[in-house]
Amino acid sequence: MAVLNEEQSMIRDGAKSWVQERSPVTAFRKLRDGGSNEGFDRKVWAEMAEMGWSGILIPEEFGGTGLGYLTLGLVLEETGRTLTASPLISTALTATTALLLGGTAEQKKTWLPKIAEGKAIGTLAVDEGVHHAPEKIALKAEKRGAGYVLNGKKSFVLDGGAADFFIVAARTSGTPGDKDGITLFLVDTKANGLSRQTVKSIDNRGVANLTFANVEVGGDAVLGPVGGGFAILEATLDRARAGLAAEMLGQAVQSFETTLDYLKTRVQFGQPIGTFQALQHRAARMFTDLELARSCVEAALQAIDRGADDVAQLASLAKAKAGDAVHLMSNEMVQMHGGIGMTDAHDAGLYLKRARVQEATFGNQSYHRDRYATLLGY
Amino acid sequence: MSAAAAMSDDLDVFRAEVRDWLQKTFPPSLKGRASMMLPDAGRPTDPDFLRWKKAMGEKGWGTPTWPKQYGGGGLSREQARVLAQEMNKIGAWSPIGGMGVMMFGPTLLEYGNEEQKSRHVPGIVTGEVWWCQGYSEPGAGSDLASLRTQCVDKGDHYLVNGQKIWTSGAQYADWCFCLVRTDNTKKHEGISFLLIDMKSPGIEVRPIKLISGNSPFCETFFTDVKVPKENLMGPLNGGWTIGKRLLQFERQGLGSGTGGPMRGGESRSLDQVAKEYVGTDDKGRIADTDLRARVASHMMDMRAFMLTIQRAMGEAKGNQGPSATTSIMKNAGSRIGQERSELLVEIMGHQGLGWEGEGFTKDEINTVRAWLGGKATTIYGGSAEIQNNIIAKRILGLLDHQ
Ligand SMILES: Cc1cc2nc3c(=O)[nH]c(=O)nc-3n(C[C@H](O)[C@H](O)[C@H](O)COP(=O)(O)OP(=O)(O)OC[C@H]3O[C@@H](n4cnc5c(N)ncnc54)[C@H](O)[C@@H]3O)c2cc1C
Repeated sequence: MAVLNEEQSMIRDGAKSWVQERSPVTAFRKLRDGGSNEGFDRKVWAEMAEMGWSGILIPEEFGGTGLGYLTLGLVLEETGRTLTASPLISTALTATTALLLGGTAEQKKTWLPKIAEGKAIGTLAVDEGVHHAPEKIALKAEKRGAGYVLNGKKSFVLDGGAADFFIVAARTSGTPGDKDGITLFLVDTKANGLSRQTVKSIDNRGVANLTFANVEVGGDAVLGPVGGGFAILEATLDRARAGLAAEMLGQAVQSFETTLDYLKTRVQFGQPIGTFQALQHRAARMFTDLELARSCVEAALQAIDRGADDVAQLASLAKAKAGDAVHLMSNEMVQMHGGIGMTDAHDAGLYLKRARVQEATFGNQSYHRDRYATLLGY
Repeated sequence: MSAAAAMSDDLDVFRAEVRDWLQKTFPPSLKGRASMMLPDAGRPTDPDFLRWKKAMGEKGWGTPTWPKQYGGGGLSREQARVLAQEMNKIGAWSPIGGMGVMMFGPTLLEYGNEEQKSRHVPGIVTGEVWWCQGYSEPGAGSDLASLRTQCVDKGDHYLVNGQKIWTSGAQYADWCFCLVRTDNTKKHEGISFLLIDMKSPGIEVRPIKLISGNSPFCETFFTDVKVPKENLMGPLNGGWTIGKRLLQFERQGLGSGTGGPMRGGESRSLDQVAKEYVGTDDKGRIADTDLRARVASHMMDMRAFMLTIQRAMGEAKGNQGPSATTSIMKNAGSRIGQERSELLVEIMGHQGLGWEGEGFTKDEINTVRAWLGGKATTIYGGSAEIQNNIIAKRILGLLDHQ
C-alpha cells in the first residue's frame, strides 16, 4: 500500500466503511434484479457526490477538492470491492480529466461545478468497433460555418444512457488509423440527430451505442486543438486506465479475500479445503500477483499526480497487470467455490462478469502489452 | 479373400446403408442444433426432433454398441465408428443423450440384474426415460463418500430421507440413480446404489439458477420416500464401487461429448472468428499479434486433444471400457473448452459482453452464456483438482505427504 497522507487515509477509511454500509454487493444485486436501465442508483450517486467523490479531481475553484488521482484511486478500489455501480469512472474520472486537460475556460466553468455537485454525468465516446482503438476514429466532423456536423457511430459508451454530455473523439481530417486529424467535441446528449441505444451488458452497467446523424455543434464545442486532439485523448485515456485499474484491483482483492475465507471454512475430507497444498499454492500465487498488480496501479496513479513523463507506460502496465489479476481472481473465485460458485445466488459470478467488462474497457491486456512494447521501443 | 478384407467389404456395405438411411431420415432443419441436447435446454418439443429421435431410438443408434436384446444398436465398435463418421459428414447428431446414455446405461449393463436391465435399458435407448444423478449433497461434493442421505430397510421397502444438491435435470427427470447411506458406521462401505422413481411421493425439487442465467440443476429433497426393494442395484453397502464406475463413464463422456471443448455458442473455429472480429493485416494474419499467438496455441491444444481422442480410440480397440486416459481427457477437454470460451469472449470485444436484448447477435449472446455455463466443466464430474489428485496418486504413484 502506498504511503498515504492523513487526508488520503481518511478518505480511504471513509470509503471503506461507506461501501460496507451503503453499497454492499447486495445493493448491486438489487439494482440488477430491479431492472434499472441506467445501471446505477441516482440517490447513491448523490450521496457519493455529497462526500466529495465526484469532485476529487476537480480544482477548488470549480467546487471540487483537487486531491488527485491516487486519492480517487483509493475510493475506486473500495467501490470496486463491492461492485458499486456509479458514474465515478465515466464522469468523475474520465470526462473530468478530458475537461481538465483540454476544456476551454467556458466548458470547465459550465460542467466542472455540476460534476462536482453530482448534477451532471459526462462520458467519453471513443471506440467505434468491437475493440479499443483510439487512433481508428472514423466518426466524421465536417466544418460548416462556424461549427461542425458530426456523422458516425460510437460503441460501448460507459453510462451512455444516463449521460448529459459526451466528449466525442471525431475525425476532422486524415483517415482512420492516423493520429493526426482527431478532434474532441463536447456534445450535449440532447443534440438533434444524436440517438443512443442502451445495451444490456453482463455486468449490468449502463452502456450505450450512439449514432450521430448530422449532429450540428458550434465552434465552441471543440475541446483542445482542432486536428490535434489525439494527445489529449491519449492522456485522458491513460488516466482513465489507471483509475479503472484501481477499481479492478479492489475487485480482485475482494474476490481473493472471499475465496480465501472459503478455503478456511469449507470442509471436505474432514478438513478445511485450504489445507490442500494444491489450493494453498494457488492462493499463494494469487496473493503474489495481487501485490505485484498493486505496485503497478499505485505507481501509475502517483506518476499522474506528479506530472511524470512516463505516465503512458505506467498506465498500460497497470491496466494490463490489473487485468491479469482480476481475470485470475475471478476465475479462481468460481473454481475454488465449487458448485456454489456457479450459482447466481453467490457473488462469484457477479465478479466474473464485471471483470471481463473491465478488461475490455480502454484496452485489454493484449492491447496494453503491445502498447507497452511500442512505448519502450521494442 | 482375407478375413480382414472381407470385414472391410462388410463395413463398406454398412457405410452405404447408413448413408442412405441418414439421407432419408435426418431432418436438415436440425443441422448444427445439437445444443438442443444440452442439459439446460429441457425436453425439446420440435416435431423434427421428435421424429428424428423416434427413428434413431428404433434403430438403437443413439446407443450403437449396446446389446440388441435391450434395444441397443448391437453394432461393433468399427460399425459404430462408421455411423459416427457418416453422421458427422452431414451434420447429424444423436437425439438420444443425457445421463442415461452417458453414464447410467453403461453402469446398468455392467452391474444391473437381468430384471433391472430389461426394465430400464429400453427407455434410455429410445430417449423416452430421463435419468438424473443424485450424488452430491451440501456437505458432500468432492468428498462424495461423506454423503448422509439415509436409506433405511423397512422390511418390504426402503425409506429414504435427506437432501441432494446440484442435481442436473432433476426437474425434467423420470428417474434418479442415487447414492444413499445404508450403514452409518462405515464410510465407503456404508453406501448403496439406489434407483428412485422421481414421481414417488416425498420428493421435492427446487431449481437453482446458474451464473449463465439458466437453471439446469436443482436441490432435491427426500422426505420419507418409499423405494421398492428391487430398486437396489448391486449389493447392499456395495454402492461405492458401482458409483465410482459410473463416474468413470461420466468423466469419459464429459471429456469428449457435449462437455468437451465445443460447447454451445459460436461454432466456427477460433481463427475464423478472430479474423472477423479483430481483422487481418495485409498478409491475412490476425491483426493482433499477441492474440494471434494465443489463438495458435489454443488451436494446437485443440488438435492435440482431438489426436489424443483418436489415439485412445485406437488403443481401446478390443479393450473394454474406460482406461487411465479417461482422467486426463476430462481435465484436458474442460480446460481447452474453457480457454476457447475465454478467447471467444475476448475476441468479440464489446460484442462479447452482452447479456441479452438488442445490440448483440444470437451467436454473441450464446457464446457469452456458454462461457459462463462452461465454468462448471472443471467443477462437476469430479473437479479438475480431484482429477489431478487421481492422476497423481493412482497413475503416477505419488503418495500424500505424511
Ligand atoms: C453445473 C453443475 C452440474 C452438476 N450436476 C450434478 C448432478 O447432476 N448430480 C450430482 O450429484 N452432482 C452434480 N454436480 C455437483 C458436482 O459434482 C460438485 O459440485 C463437485 O463434486 C464439487 O463439489 P462441491 O461443489 O461441493 O465443491 P467442493 O468439494 O466443496 O470443492 C471446493 C473446491 O475445493 C477443491 N477441492 C476439494 N477437495 C480437494 C482436494 N482434496 N484437493 C484439492 N482441491 C480440492 C475443489 O476442486 C473445488 O475447487 C454438478 C455441479 C455443477 C456445477
